[in-house]
Amino acid sequence: MKVLVPVKRVIDYNVKARVKADGSGVDLANVKMSMNPFDEIAVEEAIRLKEKGVATEVVAVSIGVKQAQETLRTALAMGADRAILVVAADDVHTDIEPLAVAKLLKAVIDEEQPGLVIAGKQAIDNDMNATGQMLAALLGWGQATFASKIEIEGETAKVTREVDGGLQTIEVKLPAIVTADLRLNEPRYASLPNIMKAKKKPLDEKTAADLGVDVSPRLEIVSVKEPEGRKAGIKVETVDELVSKLKEAGVV
Amino acid sequence: MAVLLLGEVTNGELNRDATAKAVSALKSLGDVTVLCAGASAQAAGEAAATIDGVAKVLVAEDALYGHRLAEPAAALLVGLADGFDHIAAPATTDAKNIMPRVAALLDAMVISDVSAVVDADTFERPVYAGNAIQTVKSKDAKKVLTIRTASFDAAGDGAAAPVEATAKADDPALSAWVADEVVESDRPELTSAGRVVSGGRGVGSKDDFALIEKLADKLGAAVGASRAAVDSGYAPNDYQVGQTGKVVAPELYVAIGISGAIQHLAGMKDSKVIVAINKDEEAPIFQIADYGLVGDLFATVPELTEKL
Repeated sequence: MKVLVPVKRVIDYNVKARVKADGSGVDLANVKMSMNPFDEIAVEEAIRLKEKGVATEVVAVSIGVKQAQETLRTALAMGADRAILVVAADDVHTDIEPLAVAKLLKAVIDEEQPGLVIAGKQAIDNDMNATGQMLAALLGWGQATFASKIEIEGETAKVTREVDGGLQTIEVKLPAIVTADLRLNEPRYASLPNIMKAKKKPLDEKTAADLGVDVSPRLEIVSVKEPEGRKAGIKVETVDELVSKLKEAGVV
Repeated sequence: MAVLLLGEVTNGELNRDATAKAVSALKSLGDVTVLCAGASAQAAGEAAATIDGVAKVLVAEDALYGHRLAEPAAALLVGLADGFDHIAAPATTDAKNIMPRVAALLDAMVISDVSAVVDADTFERPVYAGNAIQTVKSKDAKKVLTIRTASFDAAGDGAAAPVEATAKADDPALSAWVADEVVESDRPELTSAGRVVSGGRGVGSKDDFALIEKLADKLGAAVGASRAAVDSGYAPNDYQVGQTGKVVAPELYVAIGISGAIQHLAGMKDSKVIVAINKDEEAPIFQIADYGLVGDLFATVPELTEKL
């Protein structure tokens, strides 16, 4: 079974996002970029399925700017077999919307015919939490989002999901889309020899136009601003003082 | 203008808080019709009918909707979408699962986690873990939204709106429910609790997390955790407060052994009163706390539990 893993190049999760002075977005020029952390978990899970003999090939796909090549090389260094880059924007500040990403991924999937797609549940830049679900809808496939455990059993995937109040286990018919939550696994670090090897693995490049998909946005970004700040209050010295302050504030 | 709102129904029961907060976010856009779907949903529908601002309730009762699977729920919503300009749901894990699927089926771009409604086409939402607020204007004919409940006050009670049954949609038969593992708790639900006590990496172990729970029980509070505490295995994932977990806005939020990473602050900074207890006086959590106590949590938290 072929497993396809979409990965996104995003601002590194350790970097504080800063809003540009003109209010058009977050400044991404000369900022450290990395693979979206949830996508790293998805790549790790696909590689583990291959190591268990369940998956035969792991294909990483990225939709975005040319620089997303680096993100795909990371996936290859972790253990993906090959990669596909769909160039859909020139400016690093252009965020392709999940609906357009899902349409592009559908076009790639129509060619590649994977048996399973594992995606991150959410990108840490636009925080939409949508691409996997939208892709499942466009393909007419089942979806198992926010996965903390995946077991492939013949023609179905048994997936445990992180939901409000606990866990839910469902079975989805394959092919299906699974989106990865935090506790699915701990992604490995790529070793230096594997980073060197990844440079020789195949990385195909296409454009959105090649796939015949219109990526023009449905949501116009009117403005981006800093959230309202919250002021620091006071420090108390003792528990007694804290208790009396909380009583004064009427919250206990 | 008319709004179709997916009510949050779990095992036949309406989550009134989440649903009423979504109603208050949306009622300026037009008549709100609430859809309650479930294996049993009539009682939930009757409860939803009494939320102020609800014009009508649709009840879809069928075993197909009993476990909130995304594919049948999305098919049901898409089948009912005619005549509605906005299709929305409170941003619970169920809705985050269902609504993007609905949007894609309608060829619309979902607008997730709406924190303010500017007008019928324009919405605010947090991005970059709450480090920026984006205002977006949708060009889609039908807008599909999820509502960040912590940003809105719950609508009150009103006169009962009419409740009608609606037919089920075809079963896409793509997935099946196997089991639920619900954490049984006498504590209030995290996202609607008036008080929340959360522990972070500073708590140090799963066993010591009991300190957090004892204080929470003394206060009648829900228990939360930072992502660091969840990743370290001290607390289950559904305790997680933050951009990748739950967003809360209680009257009182007590952060214990939590440094205050941006991702955590995004999930709790709208709380009314924030208390921070941390041994590191430079911890960023103190920059947003109303009352900060620098000290060893293993001494101060039991003392606080005793003195409250």
